Amino acid sequence: MLDFLKGPLEAIQDFYLLAGRALRNIARKPHYTDDIKIQMDSIGVGSIPIVLLTGFFSGAVMALQMGRALQQYGQTGRTGTVVSIILVRELGPVLTSLMVAGRNASGIASELGSMKVTEQIDAMRALGTDPEQKLVTPRMIATAVMLPCLTVIDDFVGMLGGWLIGKLVYDLDWLQYWSQAWRALDWTDVIQGLLKPFVFSFVVSLIGCFYGLKASGGTQGVGKATTQAMVAASVTILILNLFMGLIFVKYTGN
Amino acid sequence: MRSDKSLLWFDSVKVSFGDVDALDGICFNVREGETRIVMGAAGSGKTVMLKTAMGLNRASAGKVTLLGEDITHKPENDLFAIRSKVGMLFQESALFDSMTIAQNVAYPLLNQQGERMPREKMEEAVRDSLRFVELEHTMLKYPSELSGGMRRRVAIARAVVTKPALLLYDSPTAGLDPITAHTIMALIVKERDVDNTTALVVTHRYQDGNLVANFRYNSSSGRLDPCADAAENTIFMVLKEGRLVFEGKQSELEASKDSYISKFVKRPEKSGI
Repeated sequence: MLDFLKGPLEAIQDFYLLAGRALRNIARKPHYTDDIKIQMDSIGVGSIPIVLLTGFFSGAVMALQMGRALQQYGQTGRTGTVVSIILVRELGPVLTSLMVAGRNASGIASELGSMKVTEQIDAMRALGTDPEQKLVTPRMIATAVMLPCLTVIDDFVGMLGGWLIGKLVYDLDWLQYWSQAWRALDWTDVIQGLLKPFVFSFVVSLIGCFYGLKASGGTQGVGKATTQAMVAASVTILILNLFMGLIFVKYTGN
Repeated sequence: MRSDKSLLWFDSVKVSFGDVDALDGICFNVREGETRIVMGAAGSGKTVMLKTAMGLNRASAGKVTLLGEDITHKPENDLFAIRSKVGMLFQESALFDSMTIAQNVAYPLLNQQGERMPREKMEEAVRDSLRFVELEHTMLKYPSELSGGMRRRVAIARAVVTKPALLLYDSPTAGLDPITAHTIMALIVKERDVDNTTALVVTHRYQDGNLVANFRYNSSSGRLDPCADAAENTIFMVLKEGRLVFEGKQSELEASKDSYISKFVKRPEKSGI
């Protein structure tokens, strides 16, 4: 009767087992440091342009709308506060993670998926290397290091975009904007703003790897794995974001 | 050359995928110095057999012993060390397409667990291995820049770079023209005679087995010469729907009256090699 649940439950179990092995591999030899560096470059440095663009335009549009709303109460001067709080706590981590998920969860899934269907994963095993240690763990570590860094860049560029709109549309004083933005932030905001992308990084890398390694059935299978990875990673990020937000609101009052 | 030392032993091995039995009750023993030619129709379980020999597929019943170790229920992590002593050529070459040819061949040396050899020695081994397949000039190219036959030769170089005791070739000549197929088979014979390796060659072409059984690599002329001795150490196996229906020498195979087995036998052409 509950047979329809078997597939999804098995997939969840396999995902947790993969995550467990990937984490355990951090402590196991051999360590593929070169692969970590390559992935940091590809996932981190490669994502900078897209993060700059999303950060700038999301900050700018937020300042535009918030400035108008605050204008009704004669509080345009507080635009910096609103922009920085929303960016650092919510939009920065979520937008950056969604962008990196779109770019890298799908990228990882298609790369590993193609390797799987062309027997390259089996070849790796046959040549005496653990594909999870060689492919999954370096991607997981690289994303965990780079996603918080990208979020910081996104936050800063977003504030910059907000300031530009504040200056051009609402004629805000730059010192007022930046001091408001700076003073609005608490340590808990910074912790929240960095912890979220750290947690989301595992979602991006491990879901990408999971669907990639599970791919079967030729090129069509690779395409399917890519789409599934992106959708699953994005949805998981949005759900986790709400829960993490709730926890922070409950325990820190912010 | 042939000794009684067993390198690979299948004891009543059964491999199932869901309700389908890909292999059923397979028993054979590969001794050092032997070359086994495995023939069978598509879907008869040839590739599954090779993958099971490496522990890439697991036996659902029976026992697989590789290089003296029972690998049937060994955890994946313990298998890497044993696998690195065996060379395997995949059907579609399975070269890593993001790496150059030199990096592909160096891969087993660079990434195996345990001691790593010094850099100069590694470069020399990679060069030697590529020279063996006469593709030394392609070191900096990527697999996509090579033809299908060349890719297969690179895959042979990658399989032999660690000087494995046992080599498993999965359809090395599939989808190749007769001339390239002959080049690949000549390399397999050369590898057997230069490094004295034991091999399991999966193929559906009888002439491949015939070449292995009747020719020997002549290192001074660089050509293959007819040689009757090779037949002694060449054993043919025929698979049918997951079962082993024949195991024996070439003469026994040719004498078989079984309609399925005799379909694989083509009268050998002793000339023109």
